[in-house]
Amino acid sequence: MSGTLRIRVDPDKCQGHAQCKSLAPELFELDELGNAHEIGDGTVPAGLEDKARLAQANCPEIAIPINEE
Amino acid sequence: MSSPAPVTDWVHDFDHTDPTWTENPYPIWDELRVKCPVAHTNRFLGLYLPTTYEAVKEICSDTEHFSSRRVIVRNVRLEPPPPAPPASSDPPEHKHAKQILLPPFMPDAVKKLEPHLRALCNELIDGFINEKGCDAAARYTKYIPTRAVTNMLGVPEKDGDLFIKWIHELLEGGLHDDARVMQAIREMVAYFTDQIEARKKHPTDDLIATLINARGEDGQPLTDAHVQGTLRLLLIAGIDTTWSAIGSSLWHLAKTPADRARLVAEPQLLPTAIEEFLRAFSPATSGREVMKETTVSGCPMKPGNMVLLSFPAANRDPAVFPDADKVIIDRKENRHVAFGVGIHRCVGVHLARMEILVAIEEWLKRIPDFRLDPSSEIRWSGGNVRGPRQLPLLLGKG
Repeated sequence: MSGTLRIRVDPDKCQGHAQCKSLAPELFELDELGNAHEIGDGTVPAGLEDKARLAQANCPEIAIPINEE
Repeated sequence: MSSPAPVTDWVHDFDHTDPTWTENPYPIWDELRVKCPVAHTNRFLGLYLPTTYEAVKEICSDTEHFSSRRVIVRNVRLEPPPPAPPASSDPPEHKHAKQILLPPFMPDAVKKLEPHLRALCNELIDGFINEKGCDAAARYTKYIPTRAVTNMLGVPEKDGDLFIKWIHELLEGGLHDDARVMQAIREMVAYFTDQIEARKKHPTDDLIATLINARGEDGQPLTDAHVQGTLRLLLIAGIDTTWSAIGSSLWHLAKTPADRARLVAEPQLLPTAIEEFLRAFSPATSGREVMKETTVSGCPMKPGNMVLLSFPAANRDPAVFPDADKVIIDRKENRHVAFGVGIHRCVGVHLARMEILVAIEEWLKRIPDFRLDPSSEIRWSGGNVRGPRQLPLLLGKG
Protein backbone atom coordinates (compact mmCIF):
# COMPACT_ATOMS: atom_id res chain seq x y z
CA MET A 1 0.00 0.00 0.00
CA SER A 2 1.28 3.42 -0.86
CA GLY A 3 1.23 6.17 1.73
CA THR A 4 -0.42 9.57 1.68
CA LEU A 5 0.65 11.99 -1.05
CA ARG A 6 1.40 15.59 -0.33
CA ILE A 7 1.74 18.19 -3.07
CA ARG A 8 3.24 21.65 -3.06
CA VAL A 9 3.57 24.38 -5.68
CA ASP A 10 7.00 26.00 -5.59
CA PRO A 11 6.08 29.73 -5.67
CA ASP A 12 9.48 30.69 -7.08
CA LYS A 13 9.03 28.42 -10.08
CA CYS A 14 5.30 28.82 -10.82
CA GLN A 15 4.62 31.14 -13.77
CA GLY A 16 0.86 30.71 -13.87
CA HIS A 17 0.33 28.34 -16.79
CA ALA A 18 -2.53 26.95 -14.62
CA GLN A 19 -2.41 23.47 -16.11
CA CYS A 20 -2.57 22.08 -12.55
CA LYS A 21 -5.73 24.01 -11.75
CA SER A 22 -7.49 22.95 -14.96
CA LEU A 23 -6.54 19.28 -14.53
CA ALA A 24 -7.07 19.03 -10.78
CA PRO A 25 -9.31 21.85 -9.52
CA GLU A 26 -9.85 19.89 -6.29
CA LEU A 27 -6.16 20.24 -5.44
CA PHE A 28 -5.04 23.64 -6.76
CA GLU A 29 -6.27 27.21 -6.86
CA LEU A 30 -4.98 30.45 -8.36
CA ASP A 31 -4.28 33.75 -6.64
CA GLU A 32 -5.35 37.08 -8.14
CA LEU A 33 -2.24 37.16 -10.35
CA GLY A 34 -2.75 33.64 -11.60
CA ASN A 35 -0.06 31.92 -9.57
CA ALA A 36 -1.11 28.48 -8.44
CA HIS A 37 -0.94 27.09 -4.94
CA GLU A 38 -2.05 23.87 -3.31
CA ILE A 39 -5.39 23.84 -1.51
CA GLY A 40 -5.09 23.43 2.27
CA ASP A 41 -1.91 21.74 3.44
CA GLY A 42 -1.47 19.88 0.16
CA THR A 43 -2.52 16.47 1.45
CA VAL A 44 -4.06 14.62 -1.47
CA PRO A 45 -7.40 13.05 -0.48
CA ALA A 46 -7.77 9.34 -1.24
CA GLY A 47 -8.88 8.82 -4.83
CA LEU A 48 -7.22 11.98 -6.18
CA GLU A 49 -3.69 10.56 -6.43
CA ASP A 50 -3.86 10.19 -10.20
CA LYS A 51 -5.02 13.78 -10.59
CA ALA A 52 -2.10 14.97 -8.45
CA ARG A 53 0.34 13.04 -10.60
CA LEU A 54 -1.31 14.36 -13.78
CA ALA A 55 -0.94 17.93 -12.55
CA GLN A 56 2.70 17.32 -11.72
CA ALA A 57 3.36 15.81 -15.15
CA ASN A 58 1.82 18.77 -16.98
CA CYS A 59 3.55 21.68 -15.23
CA PRO A 60 5.95 23.19 -17.79
CA GLU A 61 7.93 24.85 -15.00
CA ILE A 62 8.33 21.53 -13.11
CA ALA A 63 7.12 23.42 -10.06
CA ILE A 64 5.03 20.72 -8.33
CA PRO A 65 6.97 18.33 -6.11
CA ILE A 66 5.04 15.37 -4.66
CA ASN A 67 6.07 13.73 -1.41
CA GLU A 68 4.90 10.30 -0.36
CA GLU A 69 4.61 9.98 3.40
CA MET B 1 12.61 44.81 -51.39
CA SER B 2 13.72 41.59 -53.11
CA SER B 3 13.07 38.19 -51.57
CA PRO B 4 15.90 36.51 -49.69
CA ALA B 5 17.88 33.75 -51.46
CA PRO B 6 16.33 30.27 -51.06
CA VAL B 7 17.80 28.05 -48.34
CA THR B 8 19.83 25.03 -49.46
CA ASP B 9 21.56 24.21 -46.16
CA TRP B 10 19.31 24.36 -43.09
CA VAL B 11 22.11 23.61 -40.62
CA HIS B 12 24.27 26.61 -41.56
CA ASP B 13 21.91 28.93 -43.37
CA PHE B 14 18.33 28.59 -42.06
CA ASP B 15 15.68 31.23 -42.74
CA HIS B 16 12.32 31.03 -40.98
CA THR B 17 10.72 33.12 -43.73
CA ASP B 18 11.74 30.68 -46.49
CA PRO B 19 8.68 29.17 -48.23
CA THR B 20 9.89 25.62 -47.47
CA TRP B 21 9.84 26.42 -43.74
CA THR B 22 6.53 28.27 -43.91
CA GLU B 23 4.92 25.35 -45.74
CA ASN B 24 6.21 22.57 -43.47
CA PRO B 25 8.85 23.37 -40.83
CA TYR B 26 8.65 20.07 -38.94
CA PRO B 27 11.18 18.02 -40.97
CA ILE B 28 13.64 20.94 -40.76
CA TRP B 29 13.52 20.98 -36.96
CA ASP B 30 13.82 17.19 -36.82
CA GLU B 31 16.96 17.36 -38.95
CA LEU B 32 18.49 20.16 -36.89
CA ARG B 33 17.69 18.55 -33.54
CA VAL B 34 19.79 15.55 -34.57
CA LYS B 35 22.60 17.35 -36.42
CA CYS B 36 22.90 20.62 -34.56
CA PRO B 37 20.50 21.31 -31.66
CA VAL B 38 21.37 25.01 -31.74
CA ALA B 39 21.84 26.11 -35.35
CA HIS B 40 23.28 29.41 -36.55
CA THR B 41 22.69 31.47 -39.68
CA ASN B 42 24.32 34.66 -40.88
CA ARG B 43 20.95 35.86 -42.11
CA PHE B 44 19.02 38.34 -39.96
CA LEU B 45 22.31 39.93 -38.87
CA GLY B 46 23.30 36.70 -37.13
CA LEU B 47 20.71 34.37 -35.60
CA TYR B 48 20.70 31.21 -33.43
CA LEU B 49 17.96 28.59 -33.50
CA PRO B 50 17.52 26.16 -30.61
CA THR B 51 15.34 23.20 -31.62
CA THR B 52 15.35 21.14 -28.42
CA TYR B 53 13.03 21.57 -25.45
CA GLU B 54 16.03 21.73 -23.14
CA ALA B 55 17.79 24.55 -25.00
CA VAL B 56 14.61 26.61 -25.43
CA LYS B 57 13.83 26.29 -21.74
CA GLU B 58 17.39 27.11 -20.73
CA ILE B 59 17.40 30.32 -22.76
CA CYS B 60 13.97 31.35 -21.44
CA SER B 61 15.10 31.02 -17.85
CA ASP B 62 18.38 32.86 -18.39
CA THR B 63 17.55 36.55 -18.23
CA GLU B 64 21.18 37.38 -17.48
CA HIS B 65 22.51 36.44 -20.92
CA PHE B 66 19.34 36.93 -22.96
CA SER B 67 17.27 40.09 -23.17
CA SER B 68 13.65 40.45 -24.27
CA ARG B 69 14.15 44.01 -25.47
CA ARG B 70 13.93 42.57 -28.98
CA VAL B 71 11.48 39.71 -29.51
CA ILE B 72 10.85 39.90 -33.24
CA VAL B 73 13.68 38.74 -35.47
CA ARG B 74 14.17 41.15 -38.40
CA ASN B 75 16.75 42.08 -40.97
CA VAL B 76 16.99 45.48 -39.36
CA ARG B 77 17.64 46.37 -35.72
CA LEU B 78 15.93 49.56 -34.70
CA GLU B 79 17.88 51.43 -32.06
CA PRO B 80 16.41 51.65 -29.50
CA PRO B 81 13.54 49.24 -30.22
CA PRO B 82 10.11 50.60 -29.29
CA PRO B 83 9.20 48.86 -26.01
CA ALA B 84 6.12 46.67 -25.59
CA PRO B 85 6.01 45.92 -21.86
CA PRO B 86 5.93 43.37 -20.29
CA ALA B 87 6.96 41.19 -23.30
CA SER B 88 9.93 43.43 -24.04
CA SER B 89 10.85 44.01 -20.38
CA ASP B 90 13.72 42.39 -18.51
CA PRO B 91 13.96 41.96 -14.74
CA PRO B 92 13.52 43.83 -12.46
CA GLU B 93 11.09 46.08 -14.43
CA HIS B 94 9.33 43.08 -15.94
CA LYS B 95 7.53 41.93 -12.81
CA HIS B 96 5.52 45.07 -12.14
CA ALA B 97 4.67 45.58 -15.82
CA LYS B 98 3.29 42.04 -15.98
CA GLN B 99 1.35 42.32 -12.74
CA ILE B 100 -0.61 45.27 -14.12
CA LEU B 101 -1.81 43.09 -16.95
CA LEU B 102 -2.54 39.83 -15.13
CA PRO B 103 -5.87 40.56 -13.34
CA PRO B 104 -7.88 41.39 -16.50
CA PHE B 105 -6.69 38.11 -18.04
CA MET B 106 -7.52 35.80 -15.14
CA PRO B 107 -9.97 32.92 -15.84
CA ASP B 108 -12.95 34.61 -14.14
CA ALA B 109 -12.34 37.88 -15.99
CA VAL B 110 -12.11 36.30 -19.44
CA LYS B 111 -15.16 34.13 -18.72
CA LYS B 112 -17.32 37.24 -19.06
CA LEU B 113 -16.45 37.34 -22.76
CA GLU B 114 -17.43 33.74 -23.39
CA PRO B 115 -21.18 34.10 -24.12
CA HIS B 116 -20.42 36.92 -26.54
CA LEU B 117 -17.85 34.84 -28.41
CA ARG B 118 -20.18 31.83 -28.57
CA ALA B 119 -22.83 34.03 -30.14
CA LEU B 120 -20.27 35.42 -32.59
CA CYS B 121 -19.16 31.91 -33.63
CA ASN B 122 -22.76 30.97 -34.37
CA GLU B 123 -23.39 34.17 -36.34
CA LEU B 124 -20.31 33.50 -38.42
CA ILE B 125 -21.35 29.89 -39.02
CA ASP B 126 -24.84 31.07 -40.03
CA GLY B 127 -23.12 33.06 -42.77
CA PHE B 128 -21.76 30.01 -44.61
CA ILE B 129 -23.38 26.85 -43.26
CA ASN B 130 -25.70 26.57 -46.24
CA GLU B 131 -22.83 26.83 -48.71
CA LYS B 132 -20.85 23.87 -50.01
CA GLY B 133 -17.64 25.18 -48.58
CA CYS B 134 -15.85 28.18 -47.14
CA ASP B 135 -12.46 29.67 -46.42
CA ALA B 136 -12.53 29.07 -42.67
CA ALA B 137 -9.57 31.39 -42.04
CA ALA B 138 -11.17 34.39 -43.73
CA ARG B 139 -14.75 33.78 -42.62
CA TYR B 140 -14.41 32.20 -39.18
CA THR B 141 -11.11 31.85 -37.31
CA LYS B 142 -9.89 35.40 -37.97
CA TYR B 143 -12.86 37.11 -36.32
CA ILE B 144 -12.82 35.31 -32.99
CA PRO B 145 -9.62 36.73 -31.43
CA THR B 146 -10.11 40.04 -33.21
CA ARG B 147 -13.51 40.47 -31.59
CA ALA B 148 -12.17 39.37 -28.21
CA VAL B 149 -9.49 42.07 -28.40
CA THR B 150 -11.79 44.88 -29.59
CA ASN B 151 -14.19 43.96 -26.79
CA MET B 152 -11.55 43.97 -24.08
CA LEU B 153 -10.08 47.25 -25.33
CA GLY B 154 -13.52 48.83 -25.60
CA VAL B 155 -13.10 49.96 -29.21
CA PRO B 156 -15.47 49.56 -32.20
CA GLU B 157 -15.54 46.03 -33.60
CA LYS B 158 -14.86 47.24 -37.14
CA ASP B 159 -11.43 48.51 -35.99
CA GLY B 160 -10.38 44.88 -35.89
CA ASP B 161 -9.66 45.17 -39.64
CA LEU B 162 -7.11 47.91 -38.91
CA PHE B 163 -5.52 45.75 -36.23
CA ILE B 164 -5.09 42.88 -38.67
CA LYS B 165 -3.43 45.19 -41.20
CA TRP B 166 -0.93 46.51 -38.62
CA ILE B 167 -0.10 43.06 -37.29
CA HIS B 168 0.60 41.86 -40.79
CA GLU B 169 3.01 44.75 -41.33
CA LEU B 170 4.80 44.10 -38.02
CA LEU B 171 5.03 40.33 -38.18
CA GLU B 172 5.35 39.61 -41.89
CA GLY B 173 5.67 42.58 -44.23
CA GLY B 174 8.20 44.38 -42.06
CA LEU B 175 10.64 41.53 -41.42
CA HIS B 176 12.83 42.77 -44.26
CA ASP B 177 11.75 46.40 -44.33
CA ASP B 178 11.82 48.71 -41.29
CA ALA B 179 10.00 51.56 -43.10
CA ARG B 180 6.88 49.37 -43.12
CA VAL B 181 7.30 48.58 -39.42
CA MET B 182 7.71 52.24 -38.47
CA GLN B 183 4.70 53.27 -40.57
CA ALA B 184 2.53 50.66 -38.82
CA ILE B 185 3.79 51.79 -35.42
CA ARG B 186 3.04 55.45 -36.28
CA GLU B 187 -0.52 54.51 -37.25
CA MET B 188 -0.99 52.49 -34.07
CA VAL B 189 0.33 55.31 -31.89
CA ALA B 190 -2.02 57.81 -33.56
CA TYR B 191 -4.96 55.42 -33.12
CA PHE B 192 -4.30 54.75 -29.44
CA THR B 193 -3.55 58.42 -28.73
CA ASP B 194 -7.11 59.21 -29.87
CA GLN B 195 -8.51 56.37 -27.76
CA ILE B 196 -6.60 57.53 -24.67
CA GLU B 197 -7.69 61.17 -25.12
CA ALA B 198 -11.32 60.08 -25.48
CA ARG B 199 -11.12 58.16 -22.20
CA LYS B 200 -9.64 61.12 -20.37
CA LYS B 201 -12.80 63.06 -21.29
CA HIS B 202 -15.25 60.18 -20.82
CA PRO B 203 -13.94 57.48 -18.47
CA THR B 204 -14.68 53.85 -19.37
CA ASP B 205 -14.01 50.52 -17.66
CA ASP B 206 -12.15 48.74 -20.45
CA LEU B 207 -8.56 47.58 -20.73
CA ILE B 208 -7.32 50.88 -22.17
CA ALA B 209 -8.76 52.60 -19.10
CA THR B 210 -7.11 50.00 -16.84
CA LEU B 211 -3.74 50.95 -18.30
CA ILE B 212 -4.38 54.69 -18.11
CA ASN B 213 -5.31 54.31 -14.43
CA ALA B 214 -2.49 51.92 -13.55
CA ARG B 215 0.44 53.07 -11.47
CA GLY B 216 4.08 52.19 -11.91
CA GLU B 217 6.25 50.96 -9.08
CA ASP B 218 7.03 54.57 -8.22
CA GLY B 219 3.32 55.26 -7.68
CA GLN B 220 3.16 57.51 -10.74
CA PRO B 221 0.93 56.89 -13.79
CA LEU B 222 2.55 54.76 -16.48
CA THR B 223 4.35 56.74 -19.16
CA ASP B 224 2.60 57.20 -22.51
CA ALA B 225 5.29 55.02 -24.09
CA HIS B 226 4.49 52.21 -21.62
CA VAL B 227 0.73 52.39 -22.20
CA GLN B 228 1.15 52.58 -25.96
CA GLY B 229 3.65 49.72 -26.01
CA THR B 230 1.41 47.46 -23.94
CA LEU B 231 -1.56 48.21 -26.19
CA ARG B 232 0.51 47.29 -29.25
CA LEU B 233 1.57 44.11 -27.49
CA LEU B 234 -2.05 43.14 -26.86
CA LEU B 235 -2.77 43.39 -30.57
CA ILE B 236 0.41 41.69 -31.73
CA ALA B 237 0.22 38.87 -29.20
CA GLY B 238 -3.52 38.41 -29.09
CA ILE B 239 -4.81 38.16 -32.63
CA ASP B 240 -2.57 36.28 -35.08
CA THR B 241 -1.61 33.71 -32.48
CA THR B 242 -5.11 32.61 -31.54
CA TRP B 243 -6.34 32.94 -35.12
CA SER B 244 -3.55 30.51 -36.02
CA ALA B 245 -4.29 28.09 -33.20
CA ILE B 246 -7.98 27.84 -34.11
CA GLY B 247 -7.12 27.47 -37.79
CA SER B 248 -4.50 24.76 -37.27
CA SER B 249 -6.93 22.85 -35.06
CA LEU B 250 -9.64 22.96 -37.75
CA TRP B 251 -7.05 22.04 -40.40
CA HIS B 252 -6.09 18.94 -38.42
CA LEU B 253 -9.73 17.96 -37.83
CA ALA B 254 -10.57 18.49 -41.50
CA LYS B 255 -8.01 15.87 -42.54
CA THR B 256 -8.40 13.50 -39.58
CA PRO B 257 -11.95 12.06 -39.57
CA ALA B 258 -11.25 9.72 -36.63
CA ASP B 259 -10.29 12.60 -34.30
CA ARG B 260 -13.23 14.65 -35.53
CA ALA B 261 -15.70 11.84 -34.90
CA ARG B 262 -14.24 11.19 -31.46
CA LEU B 263 -14.50 14.84 -30.41
CA VAL B 264 -18.09 15.02 -31.68
CA ALA B 265 -18.93 11.89 -29.64
CA GLU B 266 -16.82 12.86 -26.60
CA PRO B 267 -16.82 16.66 -26.33
CA GLN B 268 -15.46 16.36 -22.79
CA LEU B 269 -12.15 15.48 -24.45
CA LEU B 270 -11.92 18.93 -26.05
CA PRO B 271 -9.74 20.64 -23.41
CA THR B 272 -7.15 17.85 -23.63
CA ALA B 273 -7.34 17.80 -27.43
CA ILE B 274 -6.82 21.55 -27.59
CA GLU B 275 -3.69 21.34 -25.43
CA GLU B 276 -2.43 18.74 -27.91
CA PHE B 277 -3.23 20.97 -30.90
CA LEU B 278 -1.37 23.77 -29.11
CA ARG B 279 1.61 21.48 -28.67
CA ALA B 280 1.62 20.02 -32.15
CA PHE B 281 0.87 23.26 -34.05
CA SER B 282 2.18 25.91 -31.64
CA PRO B 283 1.64 29.17 -33.45
CA ALA B 284 4.03 31.56 -31.70
CA THR B 285 7.77 31.90 -31.92
CA SER B 286 9.58 34.57 -29.93
CA GLY B 287 13.06 36.05 -29.96
CA ARG B 288 15.79 37.10 -27.56
CA GLU B 289 18.89 39.21 -27.96
CA VAL B 290 22.19 37.77 -26.70
CA MET B 291 23.60 40.29 -24.22
CA LYS B 292 26.66 38.44 -22.86
CA GLU B 293 28.79 35.72 -24.31
CA THR B 294 27.51 32.26 -23.33
CA THR B 295 27.17 28.67 -24.53
CA VAL B 296 23.91 26.74 -24.92
CA SER B 297 23.95 23.01 -25.70
CA GLY B 298 27.54 23.33 -26.91
CA CYS B 299 26.84 26.32 -29.17
CA PRO B 300 28.83 29.46 -28.35
CA MET B 301 26.69 32.60 -28.61
CA LYS B 302 27.90 36.12 -29.33
CA PRO B 303 26.37 39.33 -27.97
CA GLY B 304 24.35 41.34 -30.48
CA ASN B 305 23.07 38.25 -32.30
CA MET B 306 19.45 37.25 -31.91
CA VAL B 307 17.95 33.90 -30.92
CA LEU B 308 14.86 32.59 -32.69
CA LEU B 309 13.15 30.97 -29.74
CA SER B 310 11.08 28.25 -31.33
CA PHE B 311 8.45 27.01 -28.91
CA PRO B 312 6.96 24.99 -31.78
CA ALA B 313 10.27 23.13 -32.29
CA ALA B 314 10.62 22.49 -28.53
CA ASN B 315 7.11 21.03 -28.52
CA ARG B 316 8.12 18.49 -31.18
CA ASP B 317 11.18 17.25 -29.25
CA PRO B 318 10.94 13.43 -28.98
CA ALA B 319 13.14 13.52 -25.87
CA VAL B 320 10.21 15.07 -23.99
CA PHE B 321 7.13 13.98 -25.95
CA PRO B 322 6.74 10.33 -26.96
CA ASP B 323 5.49 10.16 -30.57
CA ALA B 324 6.19 13.88 -30.80
CA ASP B 325 5.25 13.99 -34.48
CA LYS B 326 1.83 12.42 -33.89
CA VAL B 327 -1.29 14.27 -32.80
CA ILE B 328 -2.74 12.31 -29.86
CA ILE B 329 -5.92 14.05 -28.74
CA ASP B 330 -6.02 12.28 -25.37
CA ARG B 331 -2.32 12.77 -24.58
CA LYS B 332 -2.19 12.87 -20.80
CA GLU B 333 1.25 14.27 -20.11
CA ASN B 334 1.69 17.42 -22.09
CA ARG B 335 4.21 19.83 -20.68
CA HIS B 336 4.09 21.94 -23.84
CA VAL B 337 5.51 25.44 -24.03
CA ALA B 338 3.21 26.88 -26.69
CA PHE B 339 2.59 29.85 -24.39
CA GLY B 340 6.28 30.25 -23.63
CA VAL B 341 7.99 29.25 -20.43
CA GLY B 342 9.59 31.21 -17.60
CA ILE B 343 8.77 34.81 -16.68
CA HIS B 344 7.47 35.72 -20.14
CA ARG B 345 4.82 33.01 -20.24
CA CYS B 346 1.84 34.43 -22.16
CA VAL B 347 -0.44 36.64 -20.07
CA GLY B 348 -3.40 35.81 -22.31
CA VAL B 349 -3.23 32.06 -21.80
CA HIS B 350 -6.71 31.75 -20.24
CA LEU B 351 -8.28 33.97 -22.87
CA ALA B 352 -6.60 32.04 -25.68
CA ARG B 353 -7.67 28.65 -24.32
CA MET B 354 -11.24 29.87 -23.92
CA GLU B 355 -11.34 31.28 -27.46
CA ILE B 356 -9.98 28.10 -29.02
CA LEU B 357 -12.33 25.89 -27.01
CA VAL B 358 -15.41 27.96 -27.87
CA ALA B 359 -14.43 28.19 -31.55
CA ILE B 360 -13.91 24.45 -31.97
CA GLU B 361 -16.83 23.41 -29.77
CA GLU B 362 -19.37 25.61 -31.57
CA TRP B 363 -18.00 24.57 -34.98
CA LEU B 364 -18.27 20.84 -34.21
CA LYS B 365 -21.80 21.25 -32.84
CA ARG B 366 -22.98 22.84 -36.07
CA ILE B 367 -20.57 21.24 -38.58
CA PRO B 368 -19.54 17.76 -37.46
CA ASP B 369 -18.47 16.80 -41.00
CA PHE B 370 -15.98 18.77 -43.07
CA ARG B 371 -12.79 18.20 -45.04
CA LEU B 372 -10.06 20.04 -46.90
CA ASP B 373 -11.11 21.34 -50.31
CA PRO B 374 -8.71 19.68 -52.75
CA SER B 375 -9.48 22.25 -55.45
CA SER B 376 -8.05 25.17 -53.49
CA GLU B 377 -4.78 25.79 -51.68
CA ILE B 378 -4.04 26.31 -48.01
CA ARG B 379 -1.85 29.32 -47.31
CA TRP B 380 0.25 29.48 -44.13
CA SER B 381 1.58 32.70 -42.63
CA GLY B 382 5.32 32.95 -42.11
CA GLY B 383 7.65 34.59 -39.63
CA ASN B 384 6.93 34.71 -35.92
CA VAL B 385 3.41 33.32 -36.05
CA ARG B 386 2.44 30.30 -38.11
CA GLY B 387 -1.12 29.38 -38.97
CA PRO B 388 -3.49 28.99 -41.92
CA ARG B 389 -4.42 32.33 -43.47
CA GLN B 390 -6.40 30.60 -46.20
CA LEU B 391 -8.17 27.41 -45.16
CA PRO B 392 -10.56 26.16 -47.86
CA LEU B 393 -12.96 23.57 -46.46
CA LEU B 394 -15.83 21.57 -47.89
CA LEU B 395 -18.76 21.27 -45.50
CA GLY B 396 -20.94 18.21 -44.91
CA LYS B 397 -20.40 14.56 -45.66
CA GLY B 398 -18.18 13.83 -48.65
